[in-house]
Amino acid sequence: MPEPLHASKAGKGREDGRDQKAAVGRTVTASQTVPAIVRCKIRKRGERMLAYSIRRMIALIPVLIGMSLIVFGIIRAIPGDPALAILGQKATPESLEQLRRSLGLDKPWYYQYFSYVKDLLSGDLGTSIRSGAPISREIWPHLAATIELSFVAMLIAVVVGINLGILSAWKQNSAIDVISMVIALVGVSMPVFWLGLVEQWAFSIKLGWLPSIGRDDIRDPVAAITHIYLLDTLLSGRLDQFWEVVRHLVLPSIALATIPMAIIARMTRSSMLEVLRSDYIRTARAKGQKMVWVVYKHALKNAFIPVLTVIGLQSGLLLGGAILTETIFGWPGIGSYIYDAIQFRDYPVIQSGILIIALMFVLVNLIVDLLYAVFDPRIKYK
Amino acid sequence: MKRFFWLAVVVIASLTLVLSGCSSSSSGDKSSSGNEKGGNKVLVFGRGADSTSLDPAVVTDGESLGVTKNIYETLVEYKGQTTDVGPGLAESWDISADGKTYTFHLRKGVKFHDGTDFDAEAVVYNFDRWKNGNDEAKFAYYVSMFGGFGDKSVIQETKAIDKYTVEFKLKTPFAPFLKDLAMSPFAIASPKAIKKYGDKYGVDAAVGTGPFKLKEWKRKDTITLVKNKDYWQKGKPKLDGLIFKVIPDNTARLNALKNGEIDLMDGVNPSDLKDIKNNKDLQIFYRPPMNIGYLGFNVEKKPFDNPLVRQALNEAVDKQALIDAFFNGTAEPAKNPMPPSIGGYNDAVQPYEFNLDHAKELLKKAGYPNGFKTELWTMPNPRPYMPNPDKIAEAIAHNFKKIGVDAKIQTFEWTTYLEKLAKGEAPMFMIGWTGDNGDADNFIYTLLSSDAIGSNNYSRYSNKQVDSLLKKAQTVTDENQRQELYKQAQEIIHKDAPWIPLFHTKPALVGKSNIKGYQPHPTGSDSFVDVDLAD
Repeated sequence: MPEPLHASKAGKGREDGRDQKAAVGRTVTASQTVPAIVRCKIRKRGERMLAYSIRRMIALIPVLIGMSLIVFGIIRAIPGDPALAILGQKATPESLEQLRRSLGLDKPWYYQYFSYVKDLLSGDLGTSIRSGAPISREIWPHLAATIELSFVAMLIAVVVGINLGILSAWKQNSAIDVISMVIALVGVSMPVFWLGLVEQWAFSIKLGWLPSIGRDDIRDPVAAITHIYLLDTLLSGRLDQFWEVVRHLVLPSIALATIPMAIIARMTRSSMLEVLRSDYIRTARAKGQKMVWVVYKHALKNAFIPVLTVIGLQSGLLLGGAILTETIFGWPGIGSYIYDAIQFRDYPVIQSGILIIALMFVLVNLIVDLLYAVFDPRIKYK
Repeated sequence: MKRFFWLAVVVIASLTLVLSGCSSSSSGDKSSSGNEKGGNKVLVFGRGADSTSLDPAVVTDGESLGVTKNIYETLVEYKGQTTDVGPGLAESWDISADGKTYTFHLRKGVKFHDGTDFDAEAVVYNFDRWKNGNDEAKFAYYVSMFGGFGDKSVIQETKAIDKYTVEFKLKTPFAPFLKDLAMSPFAIASPKAIKKYGDKYGVDAAVGTGPFKLKEWKRKDTITLVKNKDYWQKGKPKLDGLIFKVIPDNTARLNALKNGEIDLMDGVNPSDLKDIKNNKDLQIFYRPPMNIGYLGFNVEKKPFDNPLVRQALNEAVDKQALIDAFFNGTAEPAKNPMPPSIGGYNDAVQPYEFNLDHAKELLKKAGYPNGFKTELWTMPNPRPYMPNPDKIAEAIAHNFKKIGVDAKIQTFEWTTYLEKLAKGEAPMFMIGWTGDNGDADNFIYTLLSSDAIGSNNYSRYSNKQVDSLLKKAQTVTDENQRQELYKQAQEIIHKDAPWIPLFHTKPALVGKSNIKGYQPHPTGSDSFVDVDLAD
């Protein structure tokens, strides 16, 4: 049964972009490698990959400059005076004027932009207008919270999504297939905040199995070292706290995982369907290999490239902070950090925050590009 | 690929373990999530947003002041749930006959959390720091309550007479002075700590004399305070710790309360109150109102320059029906521009009765027999004095239509909204005010004097008689005489009707039924010094 390759609208748009980039960045050679020169090739491959990574990193610079300009422009285009946003209803005309001056908002925009870039180049992300604390220090705990949550959510999404996709491709048109795809469809369309509240109601209030909010036991807080609590608790040897952190991760990560999980499942299914019909699969089956083996070893490897692309994009999106999930679960991540900043027109925080998110997005996709070669040795980096 | 396969198996297996493990440990957890972890009485307060800074002098937001209230203390303190003032760090005080000199006798043996002594020099240091601040944005409350920095400030001089006596010299008699001093922003901080931390004070440290000490601040997450064991009030505080936890979503916060992860919360959806009332494990607290939600007219814009039109619209609003529909018992109808809990409230004012026929007649008299078209602006987001402004605006517009006034509803993003109101762009608008110090001046003068046009007098209402009454009331120190002046002003304002005073909300807070001694204060900053958790 023919099925569109692109599982979702979001996936499709991004996918096209990926293809273009792929055409520029790498070439696929169909020729088989000769066993005698394999070792030499591997070494060369490593060098090429490194060179490719470095080139990609350099290409990041114009991207980041463009990004910073766009962000800088957009936030200044939003109506609303930051001085008034900070002082609120208790503001006086004098205090407003003074605050504008001390924030440098009375200066022309290009002056503001260049002084911002100058600070950035010297590694200074700026100072939060609202709290007066340096952003480089403020942002990491939020980033760490988001990374931890996104990682666990992606783990769930990948493991469940891929297996669901494989299962439904393998047993195409069976009851399992239908059920899996209904789950995937519901997963894509379910509002995250609603799912989050239902989870809290069911697993916290009614069943009492899991905590409903936060990252750790409020009354027995984790001593932050790296701010990735799964690591911190292990580093300080507090297994009981580690367990608490895991329990706190369950509900928000499941809520966050649903959409990527569904997209991955659908992408895996369509990709697998194509591969399962190819001749070499039939050959493998004919040689008497078990179906499980054929599916997971032979088929998945070939079907995995488009899935990997989706995983990369979704990870990038999750790392951008999931404001709804963070709001419902009181999760102090990067999304709510920037959202708060927008409310208060905290320009430096918005600028630097979005820049860091953009950087992470690009880095994750670079990693994905590099991973392509792991799954498909025919892919070479030039 | 084989490796991937096994990885997948392992991960699935471990996830299954995690989930099943959660259910098996559930019984043990429920009990430990109570308040007794490690034998400590720790209360967790759930709230919607984080603090900005823990230096009370530099903040204006309630989320910051609610925390600093428990770390610091002021010279005089509000008594119980009122805005009357009583002794605080000052045991007693004398006021000179001309009302220009205040002498405070300080409590002895009080220490800051860093071990330094609280004395007259510390008081002088704090007041001089604000007065010489020269940064209007930084010490915003000092400027708005005391009129400005340096020579502009009503406080001319603060002087240490001896180790435990401080004298304040004022430029003019300034009646709200004591009430201002009781405000959380004017709490006394350790001079040593302020010097030590400089710009980072309030971000990295907060050192006062209060019942709790700052232990840790995890931004956008938790602020952990612990008991000050050397607190000057013996046997207090009763709690061993106090934690403020940010949970932005109202429903999620209530879920966390029901699940025992927090003990007390603000920001309850009125629609949840019925369910909460039936829950034996929970109790509801009401904060006495110190706010006003109102609909203002721009009296410079036609047709609202005509008092008859304003009176007619006043008669077209059924406040009680609005309260029944939207507040679930958490509000009272308003008739004056300030809440009844504040001294000087004029209870003799007769509110405009809801009477559509009479309203129509008034419009006819004003020259608008067929009504008119206009705009009603409303706030984009809930405010403490109005939980769902969009719906309330719709209901009001619906009533206006019945007398022929066709009001189109308009809204803007919050900061833009305030900006446009201050510029006088809105013909008719929903807004409100939360009081700072519990003084009538802080409502009527701040919101309706000619001096406030361009800032908080969004109606651009200007009445010479009212202005002179308000100015006079600022200088008279005799409380009864002051109250009389405010009562007169309220009568004039009632007739001029620059607003439709709508409601005073008394926000609900919900806590576990074992909380004892919690008294939400009208200012919104609650002291937990007397709060206890029963076993």
